[in-house]
Amino acid sequence: MDNRSTLFKGVKEFFVEIGDLSYFTARFFKEVLKPPFEFKELLRQCYQMGNRSLVLVTVTGFIIGLVLTLQSRPTLIQFGAVSWMPNMVGISIVREIGPVITALICAGRIASGIGAELGSMRVTEQIDAMEVSGTNPFKYLVVTRIMATTLMLPILVVYGDLVALYGSALVENLKGDVSFQLYFNTVFDALSYADLVPATIKSVFFGFTIGLVGCYKGYYCKKGTAGVGIAANTAVVMASLLLFVVDFIAVFISDIFYEL
Amino acid sequence: MNFNMTHPDKITPSVAATSLGKAVIEIKDLYKSFGDNHVLNGFNMTLLEGENLVVMGKSGSGKSVMIKCLVGLVKPDSGTVKVLGKEINSLEQQTLDELRSDIGFLFQGSALYDSMTVRENLEFPMRRHKEKLGVVSDTEPLVREALENVGLAHTMDLMPVELSGGMKRRVALARTLILKPKVILYDEPTSGLDPITSKEIIELMRSIQKKYGTSSLIITHDVDCARVISERMILLVDGINYAEGTYSQLSQSTDSKVEAFFKK
Repeated sequence: MDNRSTLFKGVKEFFVEIGDLSYFTARFFKEVLKPPFEFKELLRQCYQMGNRSLVLVTVTGFIIGLVLTLQSRPTLIQFGAVSWMPNMVGISIVREIGPVITALICAGRIASGIGAELGSMRVTEQIDAMEVSGTNPFKYLVVTRIMATTLMLPILVVYGDLVALYGSALVENLKGDVSFQLYFNTVFDALSYADLVPATIKSVFFGFTIGLVGCYKGYYCKKGTAGVGIAANTAVVMASLLLFVVDFIAVFISDIFYEL
Repeated sequence: MNFNMTHPDKITPSVAATSLGKAVIEIKDLYKSFGDNHVLNGFNMTLLEGENLVVMGKSGSGKSVMIKCLVGLVKPDSGTVKVLGKEINSLEQQTLDELRSDIGFLFQGSALYDSMTVRENLEFPMRRHKEKLGVVSDTEPLVREALENVGLAHTMDLMPVELSGGMKRRVALARTLILKPKVILYDEPTSGLDPITSKEIIELMRSIQKKYGTSSLIITHDVDCARVISERMILLVDGINYAEGTYSQLSQSTDSKVEAFFKK
């Protein structure tokens, strides 16, 4: 009986969470089109999110490109297909690895940051103070942050892809005597709009998901200062899980287009 | 002023509240529950123009919920809340925001924006109310004036984290003053402060009231604060205004619930 009631409670909480998140999303779309627009804050958030994630994306992207090439090389050599290395690495990074890894890095970095920041503003009544001063805190804090992640993530993904390709090119240059120019020419020859467009659209949704979850968890943070930690932590977990769901949906839809 | 002792089933507004001056805040039969927790059970209150009214209650008695109902941060289950003649719960968002510019709110923990400097904290409320203040672009004189009122003009470019608890409270008070409100709501203005700093804050509140002629509603459980600043007091017990009168009237009461507030 206890197990059943715990399960029932868990299922109920899950659906309540889905409902609350849906309401939060609907409120975002309602507020985003309504003036006044907080352009200054949006720019500040874009700068903060882009700038603060740059080092992390650079290091991760570079190592991913490096490792992917080093790991694939022996197998491709075995099959006499090492000349396909730029094509393989290019397509896998641009279509899947680049967007997903960058988004996961940003989920850890940005979603937790937003969750903690808004959560701490909630428990210290800063959000209430904002509302009392006549500023719509949802518009000022939430809309700007979700817009910033939605706009910045595709840029970070493109940047991360280029750094990863550079890492891969470096290995090929050192181990296979392939010039950087030849490597990048081969990569860009192999890539088509059918690879770039879905990946970019997917990144936009990844950015939206990260911002949405971070803001949702922070904005409705409860239980005092302990709640701030919970908000930051659950923001990362929920954003990471949702990223895979969004990725699956995006791949599924783009697959339909490939087949047409 | 008369001393009224009220009980859950028979609440009567004080004579002071009905016969003197114009009411700037009127609360009638305010009810608010959070699940099974009935916080306010028909609370009544009137704040008069230029008056310093203290509402005292134990922790968790619903003081903060009541004060948040006054600015529309918490929606009551039932009852009417009128501020400066306007029923808060039936206002459109824009009208509510305009009305909020006439209500200053000093939060319990100061609630300064951590990511902004003191100057930006003070400029923030002015963003939506420049017309009211007659400010076109340069907000510096207003910011300076507000900070000078609290004796902290030199902190303009500091971050909140660089300020002490008392300084934060004073900056928060300056931020409250910047829109030149008609009513100031103080939520536990001395909580978490040492006795000397508390005294400074109380003095500051009194001088502000004298200088600007504002009406003040002070929510506190600090008896010393209530003694110094109150012209009239309401004791909030079990979600109702249990007793009402001046500090000396209430402090001499023999009712056990009232006595409990004044025991050292």
